[in-house]
Amino acid sequence: MAGADGDDSLYPIAVLIDELRNEDVQLRLNSIKKLSTIALALGVERTRTELLPFLTDTIYDEDEVLLALAEQLGNFTMLVGGPEYVHCLLPPLESLATVEETVVRDKAVESLRKISQEHSPVDLEVHFEPLVKRLASGDWFTSRTSACGLFSVCYPRVSSTVKAEIRQHFRTLCADDTPMVRRAAASKLGEFSKVLELDYLKSDIISLFTALASDEQDSVRLLAVEACVSIATLLPQEDLETLVMPTLRQAAEDKSWRVRYMVADKFSELQKAVGPEITKNDLVPAFQNLLKDCEAEVRAAAANKVKEFCENLPEDSREQIIMTHILPCVKELVSDTNQHVKSALASVIMGLSTILGKDNTIEHLLPLFLAQLKDECPEVRLNIISNLDCVNEVIGIRQLSQSLLPAIVELAEDAKWRVRLAIIEYMPLLAGQLGVEFFDEKLNTLCMAWLIDHVYAIREAATCNLMKLVEKFGAEWAQNTIVPKVLGMANDPNYLHRMTTLFCINALSEACGQDITTKQMLPVVLKMSTDQVANVRFNVAKSLQKIGPVLDSNALQTEVKPVLEKLATDTDMDVKYFAQEAISVLALA
Amino acid sequence: METTKLPPSSPSSPTTSFSVPSAEKVDGFPRRSMRRARQRRSHSSSQFRYQSSQVELTPLPLLKDAPVAELHDLFCKKLQQCCVLFDFLDCVADLKGKEIKRAALNELVESVATSRGVLIEPLYPEAIKMISVNIFRTLPPSENPEFDPEEDEPTLEASWPHLQLVYEFFLRFLESPDFQPSMAKRYVDQKFVLQLLELFDSEDPREREYLKTILHRVYGKLLGLRAYIRKQINNIFLRFIYETEHFNGVAELLEILGSIINGFALPLKAEHKQFLVRVLIPLHTAKSLSIFHAQLAYCVVQFMEKDATVTEYIIRGLLKYWPKTCTQKEVMFLGEIEEILDVIEPSQFIRVQEPLFKQIAACISSPHFQVAERALYFWNNEYILSLIEENCQVILPLVFATLYRVSKEHWNQTIVSLIYNVLKTFMEMNSKLFDDLTASYKVEKQKELKRERERADLWRGLEEHQDRRMQMLTEAARNQRNLQERGERGDPPSPSSPQTAHSDQPEPKPSGASSSSGAGESAT
Repeated sequence: MAGADGDDSLYPIAVLIDELRNEDVQLRLNSIKKLSTIALALGVERTRTELLPFLTDTIYDEDEVLLALAEQLGNFTMLVGGPEYVHCLLPPLESLATVEETVVRDKAVESLRKISQEHSPVDLEVHFEPLVKRLASGDWFTSRTSACGLFSVCYPRVSSTVKAEIRQHFRTLCADDTPMVRRAAASKLGEFSKVLELDYLKSDIISLFTALASDEQDSVRLLAVEACVSIATLLPQEDLETLVMPTLRQAAEDKSWRVRYMVADKFSELQKAVGPEITKNDLVPAFQNLLKDCEAEVRAAAANKVKEFCENLPEDSREQIIMTHILPCVKELVSDTNQHVKSALASVIMGLSTILGKDNTIEHLLPLFLAQLKDECPEVRLNIISNLDCVNEVIGIRQLSQSLLPAIVELAEDAKWRVRLAIIEYMPLLAGQLGVEFFDEKLNTLCMAWLIDHVYAIREAATCNLMKLVEKFGAEWAQNTIVPKVLGMANDPNYLHRMTTLFCINALSEACGQDITTKQMLPVVLKMSTDQVANVRFNVAKSLQKIGPVLDSNALQTEVKPVLEKLATDTDMDVKYFAQEAISVLALA
Repeated sequence: METTKLPPSSPSSPTTSFSVPSAEKVDGFPRRSMRRARQRRSHSSSQFRYQSSQVELTPLPLLKDAPVAELHDLFCKKLQQCCVLFDFLDCVADLKGKEIKRAALNELVESVATSRGVLIEPLYPEAIKMISVNIFRTLPPSENPEFDPEEDEPTLEASWPHLQLVYEFFLRFLESPDFQPSMAKRYVDQKFVLQLLELFDSEDPREREYLKTILHRVYGKLLGLRAYIRKQINNIFLRFIYETEHFNGVAELLEILGSIINGFALPLKAEHKQFLVRVLIPLHTAKSLSIFHAQLAYCVVQFMEKDATVTEYIIRGLLKYWPKTCTQKEVMFLGEIEEILDVIEPSQFIRVQEPLFKQIAACISSPHFQVAERALYFWNNEYILSLIEENCQVILPLVFATLYRVSKEHWNQTIVSLIYNVLKTFMEMNSKLFDDLTASYKVEKQKELKRERERADLWRGLEEHQDRRMQMLTEAARNQRNLQERGERGDPPSPSSPQTAHSDQPEPKPSGASSSSGAGESAT
């Protein structure tokens, strides 16, 4: 081979293009995914003059191939010769931005946005902006939809005449005939506002915003709510009342629940964007209405925001607003007919206690917590329990403990194992907050009962829970309260319970320390090596391997080694296997 | 059914998942059977909030007893009375009012259906207003977010006892011999139609059934709205395909379109062809295809029967969207292909046979026996068989290798015996070609293996090359950075010159790099 000719002749382009045209889609896809390899083999010039034109002309492929192509081209700048040639990538990406399939189009737009940054200001005007214009005035909605995502990336870097054109195109698309394009424009309205000069924001964007927010289709209107956040953030405070608020008020009372839902969902952002005065005068009543909305979806979305909304209220009137306006609504939500609403509320309501302080919490919130702790829906109760730490800081958990206990007990015995699992996970947290005495008195039996649950996942979680409790309460506590009970299960007639003993020992040995492990646990384990169930025996081998590092070498040599050697000659092959594994890991061979 | 008195502050909050077994949200796997076991629930739309205060209804005299002079006036009053909405979730609320409205609606239906001369111009706005107030509402959120129309019971509209009569009235109104499109078009306008179309998303099949007939009548009688209706249906479909994948009334809308397509004038307008290619064909990609596939296939075949030249678009479109992983959909596609082949013109068949039979061969080799079986059934269809026979020279080489291989490999005995039949048919059709292909099968296999090896070699070479290049590029970048740093230190006051130097840099680099790579190549 004539090496001196360089890469360009290494591979004839025809061979490579054949790969990109292979009949088998999978092979074609593989080739496209390695397009950069092909481009490297061709060199920058032939990539520009031969590969890219080929790609531009043959965009009639499977969407999956097109998606890969759209993605590849976004990283092609160096392969076509750097920023000064980056505009060569525009033709194929332009075609990709017009295809039907949304994922392909979105990826093409993403790549276009990426390479727009690599264009010089001149190239941007000469090559990129005309492309945006062509897309914006395309026949089919797909190209116009794609154009919406490109305005904001080129606007800041072009001359004022071109800027005027871009604004005009954006205006046209906001009033497009098809709702698909209006939706795309509405979803980019906030982004576009951010790059616009303030004067144009007031003169252009506000009218577009108002129009989109009163579109005939609710799918367009709800997107305007999102834009509302950005627009309100950008405008000076004194303009908000006249330019934004009429539209926002209207959205909060829209006849479509989807729009109201969107307002509720974005409420904290809106609150920050419009500032404290408007919040006091407008958002508080609007929020009250959303909390009382007739559609459960909307109420749930609003309930989720209760804490954040209250937290961000202006400090001077926060308490008064919460007490007189928000709390009455919250009280009603506690007995809502919809469980999703109640559980959304339960996940944030505890956070109010830090805001309202001790006295108000005891007087007003505590009854609500207690009511929710007795709710028929376990998710509501779980949400309350999982947030106990907030209340603990303010009033101490004792206030709640009398109601807490029945709630915990009921959850602990729930028929659904996932509910039981969830409450187990909160046990260490509860134990820490309720203190060791309360725990011993009321909760210890529960924790032990879980060890013999008939679902393995619960037994496993219970084991892990014990370990965390020991870490919290210390080895001495373990020795007195749980170790005897755990070891007692070693004589249980049910082999699953006997195995639980072993699993507990695995988990507890480290936390309990060498003394307890050697003196109390090890004898039990060793005794179980003669169990008649093979599963128990090989778990003995596994346990010995696990607790070995905690034991001293004397115990290992004199007690563990003989047992493992015996197990290594067991009739059951699994027992043999695990015994041998333990011997080699503990280096007892 | 929930009958609890609702709190006074929200006089009509919609039913909510009260009966959902508690903790189901926590248990991540609500079982299908359990979900289905839930009792049928009904929901109502969020419109009551906007009705300020309930009006007390008083019964009016019967229409049939009214003197002719007062008939229209009374009719109008009854229409106005029917504009009052009731809360049906609270089934004991205002029973008297509900009964009065029901009776009034019944009378209106009866009157429009049977007596002549009732529909005079002043009644049109009143009638349309009554209809709008009752039927146009924001549909409530679906109670079951993963609602599967094939598996789950739909949520029914609570206010159906009234709503049905309103729809019935609307239908009789449109069908009345007295109905004057020229008067109606002032009230049944674009906005009205748009709202009507949105209602097709209703989960209640009874409502969609009424809407279907009504929209069909509107399309038939109000010619000025036709193009608009088609365009809006397109928008609904496009949104369904590319944005939400959710719309309950696709089947109903397609059913209407089926008869609309039937009435298209020839030659087909560009707009209609575009609808076929850019809307109907992509509808095949929907996840829920099975719900509306029959109607969709009907529309597609209608198009072909109108104008045979669209055949190629259709077949190539279906091949483009051929299901990759969903065998259930693949069977549907094969069914549709057979429907198409049943009416295909032989001249059109020739244009698509190659890609089509490659796909059919792929289906025959599917490990899912229903897919393979469905494809092999094509050979039982006499018309298709005659097309295959005419083009045996082209088709047999396309499918032979697959048939030969699958006949030896397929796990399912039925498939194997079906394939033997197909092979036998081919043997009878053209024994010479069949023998040639059998003889060359092994050679072809070898060639294919060789091609695969060559491809692997090519890519190995390319990748090695890439690794070398990447190494050099990073080196070059490092050198350039060093140079630049040195330049900056030595010559700080020219900030513009590095930029031009920068953009010139990449050009000479590759050639320099490539010559060294070439040297490396010859050394090895």
